[in-house]
Amino acid sequence: MELWQAFVQILHTLIPWLDGTVASILIILIKAIALVMPLMLVVAYFTYAERKVIGYMQLRIGPNRVGPKGWLQPIADALKLMTKEIIFPTKANIYLFLLAPVLAIAPAIAVWAVIPFDEGIYVTNLDISLLYVLAIGSIGVYGIILAGWASNSKYPLLGALRSASLLVSYEIVIGFALVTVVMIAGSANLNTIVQAQQGGIVHWYFIPLFPMMIIFFISALVETNRAPFDVVEGESEIVGGTHVEYSGMTFAVFFLAEYANMILMAVLAVVMFFGGWHSPFEAIPYFENVFAWVPGIIWLLAKTTFFMFLYLWVRATFPRFRYDQIMHLSWKVFLPITIIWIFVVALMTRLQLGPWF
Amino acid sequence: MAEIRNYTLNFGPQHPAAHGVLRLILEIDGEVIERADPHIGLLHRGTEKLIESKPYNQSIGYMDRLDYVSIMCNEHAYVMAIETMLGIKVPERAQYIRVMFDEITRILNHLMWLGTHGLDVGAMSIFLYAFREREKLIDCYEAVSGSRMHATYYRPGGVYRDLPDKMPQYLASDFRTDKELKVMNENRQGSLLDFIADFVKEFPKSIQQYDELLTDNRIWKQRLVNIGIVSASRAKQLGFTGPMLRGSGVAWDLRKNQPYAVYDQLEFDIPVGVTGDSYDRYLVHMEEMRQSNHIIKQCVNWLQKNPGTVMSDDHKVSPPKRTNMKDDMESLIHHFKLFTEGYCLPEGEVYRAVEHPKGEFGVYLISDGANKPYRVKIRAPGFAHLAAMDEMVRGHMLSDVVTIIGTQDVVFGEIDR
Repeated sequence: MELWQAFVQILHTLIPWLDGTVASILIILIKAIALVMPLMLVVAYFTYAERKVIGYMQLRIGPNRVGPKGWLQPIADALKLMTKEIIFPTKANIYLFLLAPVLAIAPAIAVWAVIPFDEGIYVTNLDISLLYVLAIGSIGVYGIILAGWASNSKYPLLGALRSASLLVSYEIVIGFALVTVVMIAGSANLNTIVQAQQGGIVHWYFIPLFPMMIIFFISALVETNRAPFDVVEGESEIVGGTHVEYSGMTFAVFFLAEYANMILMAVLAVVMFFGGWHSPFEAIPYFENVFAWVPGIIWLLAKTTFFMFLYLWVRATFPRFRYDQIMHLSWKVFLPITIIWIFVVALMTRLQLGPWF
Repeated sequence: MAEIRNYTLNFGPQHPAAHGVLRLILEIDGEVIERADPHIGLLHRGTEKLIESKPYNQSIGYMDRLDYVSIMCNEHAYVMAIETMLGIKVPERAQYIRVMFDEITRILNHLMWLGTHGLDVGAMSIFLYAFREREKLIDCYEAVSGSRMHATYYRPGGVYRDLPDKMPQYLASDFRTDKELKVMNENRQGSLLDFIADFVKEFPKSIQQYDELLTDNRIWKQRLVNIGIVSASRAKQLGFTGPMLRGSGVAWDLRKNQPYAVYDQLEFDIPVGVTGDSYDRYLVHMEEMRQSNHIIKQCVNWLQKNPGTVMSDDHKVSPPKRTNMKDDMESLIHHFKLFTEGYCLPEGEVYRAVEHPKGEFGVYLISDGANKPYRVKIRAPGFAHLAAMDEMVRGHMLSDVVTIIGTQDVVFGEIDR
């Protein structure tokens, strides 16, 4: 935290000749770059981690040829995709075709603006940041729908249709699940939500909201089109869904968006249910002091990594759902549970139950 | 108003779930299949016609390439047809070796089926777990025939040669340490039979693993139960055989109903399904692997106790010993005749079928007395199964088409021939 403020201070002293507005715009830009660059790097290495982790789960080794232990593999992949030709299908609407990946990645990155990484480390602090996350996050689906439509091809269209209906149903489920968090924290500000979870592991919201946490994680899998809910891509059914006609960088952008979204959902799960930047050893005598030096951002990243690992673990384990079964799961299982749990939480809030309220 | 039509989707031949070169023309209403029209012939190589132009022995290799995941069973039907026509007797040891390799082939096929079926339904890892065991069995193929896939091991009159006394071992390489090498070669110290005995001992554990991963998995069940139901009577009408028929509850297995080789001396059960859906067929396949394992165990026991000849000593059909050729004029002539002209079958026709992993694989052979067949017709089980595709997928969703292709276990080598 001090580091960040010192950084901002240095920026101000380095550019004293600029007036306030230009300087603040510049600072916003620098903040954005400081967020997006590491994010893209994490996305790149998340693909590497995915291939390695799933590789070991499947008795394989995974990439191990490019660079030591395959560490340069993501770089090589990026270079390959950048140098590949972008093929436009005949009779495709080229403008929409190119707009689709942009629409996919822009919200996936924009959402990160409100994520609190540590006490006071964020790009912007909105009072309604949770609503912002839900609103901007759901724009991403337009990218996929548009991609399916603009490709003017049959498999992508099927993928787009599946995506549209899934995303609509699961936005509702996620919305309801997160309403319970807002009810407990009494705020839709992500910072406030994390601050409200201070005071040790028992104060984290996954305890009173355990079913919501599970539902949120599963819905996150659906939202990000990950196995076992990857019907939008459905490799063995609709070949690659909306990605069929995309090649080179246009495909890579979709790929980046998908992975950025996955990491986002993992971070959100941590922020909402697992105390964000708070140490799990808080309020535990002895250990609290031993780990006191660890900055909050490390805890956040560690918890996020665990959720990212869960994504991979699930992918290596489960068969794919059928599209109508996912809908069934959403409307007939998750939605009733979330609505019931809203009342349960309301009751708990009324009764001032536990350490959470 | 615009005319509303169903959506026509071209599924394959370039499709990850097409199992080779299946092309389906699907008429879909939303995601629901209204009609499925399988197009075949993209892997047609004219096997039946090619066989007509070659001496009998030279066509065994074509059998390998029919159903290229259950190789030796194909050979078995062909050599049995020739043996029946010639009326030669096959040594018992050769019969046991054949049965053992038929069952190894069955496990090979079922593992491939399990892996690709899993992959179709979206379970990735099972594929690689299945291939771990397949690798060992393919090594057995390699040990007896020198080839990992296209073995050409069965010959009219027996098998090409006796089981090797030494299991081939992994060699040292830069990519593995001595310790790893030692672990890899641990079960390869003895003969091939020892290796197979070791495999038979370990294999139930692997099946247990597959079971744990899939059998009670809720998603797996949701995707398979009540998908592609075929009733017992309808399965018979459609000409189903093998696990497809047994999955529908008909206990028909040529190994029991028309025993060939030494199946009548072995003890095994035929698993049957109840409802005839994909999940039942999955269970039947899994149980068949266990039964095959049991049969292999019995064969290994018998073979370890009973050494002997593995080839008929009728040198009109089987090549003479190399040493005999050096000083025996007649052996030399036999050898020359066999490898140039081949042998002639008496005039007539014969149909012999085996219980191939996918069903009844039959060879109908007509001879006009020459050294090559007048006509050979191959009965491929997958052909009848694929013909029922339309009926099985109607009213199901697009994802279920993939499940049903998987459950049918189609291989285009045999369907297109």
